[in-house]
Amino acid sequence: MKPAGFAYHDPQTVAEAVALLGRLENARLLAGGQSLMPMLAMRVAFPDHLIDLNRVEGLDGITVEQGVLRIGAMTRQRSIERSAAIREACPLMTEALTHVGHLQTRNRGTIGGSLCHLDPSAELVTVAAALDATIEVAGPEGQRDVAIADFPLGFMTPALAPEEMVVAIRIPLWPREHGYSFMEFARRHGDYAIVSAAALLVLDSAGRIARASVTLGGVGAAPLRVTTAETALVGEAPTPALFRAAAACCEGIEAMEDPQAPAWYRQRLAAVLTRRALERAWARATGEAA
Amino acid sequence: MSETRRITLIVNGEHREAETPVRQHLADFLRGTLGLTGTHVGCEHGVCGACTVLVDGHAVRACLMLAVQAAGHEVTTVEGLSLADGTLHPLQQAFCDHHGLQCGFCTPGMLTTLVEFLAEHPAPSEEEVRLAISGNICRCTGYDSIVAAALAAARALRGDAA
Repeated sequence: MKPAGFAYHDPQTVAEAVALLGRLENARLLAGGQSLMPMLAMRVAFPDHLIDLNRVEGLDGITVEQGVLRIGAMTRQRSIERSAAIREACPLMTEALTHVGHLQTRNRGTIGGSLCHLDPSAELVTVAAALDATIEVAGPEGQRDVAIADFPLGFMTPALAPEEMVVAIRIPLWPREHGYSFMEFARRHGDYAIVSAAALLVLDSAGRIARASVTLGGVGAAPLRVTTAETALVGEAPTPALFRAAAACCEGIEAMEDPQAPAWYRQRLAAVLTRRALERAWARATGEAA
Repeated sequence: MSETRRITLIVNGEHREAETPVRQHLADFLRGTLGLTGTHVGCEHGVCGACTVLVDGHAVRACLMLAVQAAGHEVTTVEGLSLADGTLHPLQQAFCDHHGLQCGFCTPGMLTTLVEFLAEHPAPSEEEVRLAISGNICRCTGYDSIVAAALAAARALRGDAA
């Protein structure tokens, strides 16, 4: 369980890191290392060059400004979990992080690393999809924005050129009084979820659903928004029957199959978790649940 | 492919300087290069938690961090928990008193993890303790005695009568 040999680089700036990416063949970026290090140890990844981002300046930090939450790519999951600003402005992310790995891995793991590793079940990617996040990407030509909907090209493949890297994620905040919930089912706490569901709701002054977001992780190759469920919710008065009907939209979604769970099981989990997440989000929107 | 680097870091309060292959993880560096064999190497892919050490006060898996990444940082291993005169850390004492270990392989990781956890949660519930050590695998105790030890250590650290 020792990594094969590689050349090690520890740039100090984003420009240096991007230059190294452009110059070196078969290079990998090392963020928190909580996925890449096991991949190196098990020799499923064989980079000739490892570019360590841990000494790059300006890549971590959390700001909330003008309704937008911005998190630097190298911000540790633990810092996000403990951020009072995020707990207040974007509690869905705080709730999701309680399911991510363990204390020791969250102390090292980064949000940028989670986004780029792009595991189909990754909680932070599911949250990013639920919140319509924008990914800030740096490359030789400068910086560009990628909408989270366009970020996954396929299974564990982010829409990044070989010489590009993620520098931050921006999330437009929901109104303060929104309801939210993140739920998942995993065999053991801290494992990747078999299926996870994120729900967000805003009620109008008449108590009807003004805005809804429903997202599933672990079902497709990347987290997916269940737009049919969202459409079924918006404009309606929230009731358990409505949530059951919206959740039923998940049963028809094509789900992946692996040794952990067959497709039909994932579809059933998706519907159950979505219904429960919507009910919790509703209770929170009305102030009936903490 | 046998690139090495000379690194300096602080380990258990002492300034250390040594050469390390860049591909060597921190746990192997602590054990093989510095001779601090208290840090145990179990799965070497971040699952078992036996190699947990504190880096700048935060519990991390030493097998998922390269030794070169620890350059300039402060590392605390299980050897750094007791006092210079051999007095055990309250957590270590509680593990002795409550049979929190049998074979002892997971113990260094349990202790270092709980050091950070108890600093943040001086009065944890049993449930919180179980969650805190959910990333550390023990194959002997069934965890009950570890949880009892952690709760007793929390009381001792708070200054409550045990």
